[in-house]
This record gives sequence, C-alpha cells and structure tokens, in this order.
Amino acid sequence: MIRITRKLEFSAAHFYHNPNFSAEENRRIFGKCNNPHGHGHNYVLEVTVAGEPDPATGMVLDLKELKDILQREVADRMDHRHLNYEVPELAGKIPTCENIAAVIWRLLEPKIMKGRLDRVRVHESADLFAECTAEPNGAGARA
Amino acid sequence: MSGRLKLSLTRRYRFAASHRLYSSAFSEAENKRLYGKCGNPYGHGHNYVVEVTITGPVDDETGMVANLGELDPFVEREVIEPFDQRYLNEEIAEFREKVPTTENICREIYRRLKGFSAARLEKVRIEETSNNSFEFAGEQGSARDAAR
Repeated sequence: MIRITRKLEFSAAHFYHNPNFSAEENRRIFGKCNNPHGHGHNYVLEVTVAGEPDPATGMVLDLKELKDILQREVADRMDHRHLNYEVPELAGKIPTCENIAAVIWRLLEPKIMKGRLDRVRVHESADLFAECTAEPNGAGARA
Repeated sequence: MSGRLKLSLTRRYRFAASHRLYSSAFSEAENKRLYGKCGNPYGHGHNYVVEVTITGPVDDETGMVANLGELDPFVEREVIEPFDQRYLNEEIAEFREKVPTTENICREIYRRLKGFSAARLEKVRIEETSNNSFEFAGEQGSARDAAR
C-alpha cells in the first residue's frame, strides 16, 4: 500500500463561543479565542490517500485530481471565509481544528474514488494540528 | 460509507538541554566507539522539540479533544520546567542510571505525560535536531502500528 499526501493552505477567521455557556464560562474555557470579533489563521491542510498504484498509470490517484477535489470541497468553502458564519457544515459546532478536520473528512471521503481517504491533518499553526483518521474496527456508527 | 472517526490533537513544545551519552557498563574504548562525539565528557546540547499527541472523543460543547488551557500547563509542569536549560544526566533522576539518548528521553516524557486526565496520551515524538526524530506510542504501539 502507498500513501500519498497533498497540502492545501487556506486562510480563515473564527472564534469560539458556546451559547450554552455563560459569558464568564466562555471566557474561562476559550480564553482569547472567545473574542467575539474573531481572529484568523493560515491553516495548512494535509490530506493523505492510501491505495495500490494503478499498474497502467503508476498512480494511486492523480494528484491533479486530488488538488481539484481539495480546491472544490475545501478552498472554495473555507478560504477567506469566517468559519462561524459562512460554512454550513460547521454550523452549530465550535470551529476548532478537531471539528474542522472531521468536517473536511466527511466532505472528502465520498469524493475520493481511487484509493481511500487515510488521514486528514489540519494545522492551525506550526505548533498545533488535529488529525482525523478512520477508527480501526469502527465501521458503522458515525462519530 | 462513513464509519467512526478518530480525532487526535498534536501540540509542539520546546526545551533546550545538555546531555552526554556515556555508560559505565562499557569500557572507555567501547564508549568511544559507541557514542563518538556524543560522549564528550563536558557534554553538549540540543534544542529539542517535543510533539505530544492526545486522542479521545471530541466534546460537543467545546469542540475539543482536550483544552490546551489544561494540556499546556500540564506539559509545562511535567516536562518543560524540569528539562529546560538543564543538564539531563545530572538533573533528571532517571538519567543518572539511564543513558539520555532521545529514545530514552521519549520513553521518560511519555511516562511523565501518561497521567494526563482529560484525554488519552497517544504518542510522544521528539526532534533532537531538524535531521532526526524519535517517537514512542507506549509498549503496545498505536492502533495504526498494529494495522501495518
């Protein structure tokens, strides 16, 4: 099995706020990220697809195809957007890198027709990233 | 078809420390052969990068595997404070007996972080320099290791 990885950078705004918490709880739990004016990151997305190379082309999945899928499914939805207001898939969720990674997994998984989606990593900064993979033996119920 | 997803969070921390690779179990000649430059009796140092990976269910209310407001001070207290700007061979009790190779540092840091209560520690990965790195996911390894 071969794993191939493609990167995509996108820039977006967000803030963390849960309407179920009091203002004080929001500040305590989310700290600076609770600033209602929002703040932004240069996110780096790394998408890994695993599979056997096609004997004729030598490719698991044409990287150009993967690049187009990432552009359509992720960049067009999230680049230069406010994640709290403009991305319906994140509506009602706190836009942490964990939730962004899970949403991107759900968007990409049905679009990868050759090989299978193996890993989604979302770097919020050089020192922090979330990673989403399929739970081993976890077929069935949704996360 | 969508199955269950596994989410993890990785945070990078840094400390700078000196060490010396030397074992009294070996002769001087063997030490020299085994550890080379790293055996310099005066020691030498590195800017270590420690990547800590935790995993667990994402809390619906916070969107988080664990709050960095808890993880950061825990790692600071258990690892950064005792390791940063220190001579590992003398100032970390475990390395008075054990050679402070990055393999052993990985194991020791994993042991110190295992007690984090808000999520499960999955892996510790250490970059000793930008050219080499070491990782430890417990004696059983990760589920991903098992799948290989």
